[in-house]
Amino acid sequence: MSEEILTTQDLHLYYGEKEALKGINLNFDAKGITALIGPSGCGKSTYLRTLNRMNDLIPNVTITGTIKFKGENLYAPNADTVEIRKEIGMVFQQPNPFPFSIYDNVIYGLRIAGEKDKEKLDAVVEKSLRQAAVWDEVKDHLHESALALSGGQQQRVCIARVLAVSPEIILLDEPTSALDPVSSSQIEATLLNLRHDYTIIIVTHNLQQASRIADRTAFFMNGELVEVDQTKNIFMNPAKKQTEDYISGRFG
Amino acid sequence: MNSKKQNKIAIGALYGIAGLVVLILLALLGYILASGLPQLSWHFLTAPAKAFLKGGGVGVQLFNSFYLLILAMAISFPIALGAAIYLYEYARDNWVTTTIRTAIEILSSLPSVVVGLFGFLFFVVKLRLGFSILSGAFALTFFNLPLLTRSIEDSLRTIDLEQREGGLALGLSRWETITRVILPATVPSILTGVILSAGRVFGEAAALIYTAGQSAPALNFADWNPFNISSPLNPMRPAETLAVHIWKINSEGIMPDAKAISSGSSAVLIIAILLFNFAARYVGKRLYKRLTSA
Ligand SMILES: Nc1ncnc2c1ncn2[C@@H]1O[C@H](COP(=O)(O)OP(=O)(O)OP(=O)(O)O)[C@@H](O)[C@H]1O
Ligand SMILES: [Mg+2]
Repeated sequence: MSEEILTTQDLHLYYGEKEALKGINLNFDAKGITALIGPSGCGKSTYLRTLNRMNDLIPNVTITGTIKFKGENLYAPNADTVEIRKEIGMVFQQPNPFPFSIYDNVIYGLRIAGEKDKEKLDAVVEKSLRQAAVWDEVKDHLHESALALSGGQQQRVCIARVLAVSPEIILLDEPTSALDPVSSSQIEATLLNLRHDYTIIIVTHNLQQASRIADRTAFFMNGELVEVDQTKNIFMNPAKKQTEDYISGRFG
Repeated sequence: MNSKKQNKIAIGALYGIAGLVVLILLALLGYILASGLPQLSWHFLTAPAKAFLKGGGVGVQLFNSFYLLILAMAISFPIALGAAIYLYEYARDNWVTTTIRTAIEILSSLPSVVVGLFGFLFFVVKLRLGFSILSGAFALTFFNLPLLTRSIEDSLRTIDLEQREGGLALGLSRWETITRVILPATVPSILTGVILSAGRVFGEAAALIYTAGQSAPALNFADWNPFNISSPLNPMRPAETLAVHIWKINSEGIMPDAKAISSGSSAVLIIAILLFNFAARYVGKRLYKRLTSA
């Protein structure tokens, strides 16, 4: 048994009056991949974004319940969102590289944190891009604009950018849904590489993707967590009827 | 009438209107340049003006225009930048921000004469700054601030929310995200806005007539101590600008070559503004390339 790195208890989230999360209890062990699946609008993104306080940006959001990262309450009054997001990084659906060079994209977080040592930065760039499985494709034009890359390469550069700040947890919200199948499988391979070193939580609409890469899968519906289990149990032998219906494509 | 025909007529009409506008503009430009260019010479661009005799130049006025422009920009740009960042990046929509936005809206549609008269009463008389570059620069700031704030806000708006989230998700603070991710990405378009508004400020006359004044005492271009009265840099001296000069010659000029000087000055003004516009495009494009492919 590895220790639980992230725990959510009785998590409710309201957009104004609307209750989007209705009491989620879900914990994550350190390392490995957890997939969040469920029909559109069930609250997967909302839940994911509570985990690094990304919802803070949206006005009129109310959150109750507790989320603890290594035992520390993420929503404690004195919690530092900047520090939290260094530990819990995020990759988005649309690749969003900054309009700078590939190199600058990857080291941005570190450089702003004050790292100046050129050798160290170079090393981090190479390591992160290798981890994100995009090094070979970009190593010869590190100083060209990241915007010139393909969508799949951009997305992997975005993953590298997150890795460069060495977070413990990486959140990904449908990272492959804007990409072609080849790029998607490259991202999947990247994630499989990373699963031994990072705790990865990924939202996906692609059930095959979940079954291919996730150790555990959580099924959400209407703002509730229906069930969570080893991925193969969810797909072969779900405990709840709703899960079975969803998996077998009867709705959603 | 079938829709194909309608389409043709509509397009034809639009072309006609657009052509007319272009024609009017070209005619104006052509007229100003044709009558003004022959007057231009090194002497005209550098010599001081003469009140009663022929052969005066616009050197002092030209210098005043640039000096005022730079001062006005130095005052209004930081304020506009701060206001735009606050309004777009930090402020939530509530009555305070709505009020500020409305105020900016109203300020930006204020006739510049009104700005000038306000500047006269407030800076020149009340604050006892007199007819001076400083009064003029403050008046121009009032004139420029709303336009610049809006143009910077528009620049910020062109950056996707994803960029901001990307910065925050890396553990950058809000401020770091704005200054290190958003602003660099908007530098070209902010700069374009600044240069374009510089063109407007440069050609402004009404706001300056009662603030920077209508006289251009001769300057001693060897004396750069801003505290000396004849120093070009002295911000407390009255300073007629090129645009004001044109207005004044045309309304009360008594030098024998008033017509020629007015034409020449207009040409200089137009050329300067055209240069601003071309510079805006060129620099904006270059900067964007530089910044996005380090
Ligand atoms: N900013 C917001 N303001 C108000 N309601 C929102 C906001 N964002 C999401 N919602 C609502 O909250 C619910 C959950 O949305 P969420 O985006 O978390 O769903 P999702 O499971 O990620 O869906 P999808 O699979 O389509 O991405 C939806 O009903 C949505 O309409
Ligand atoms: Mg979503």
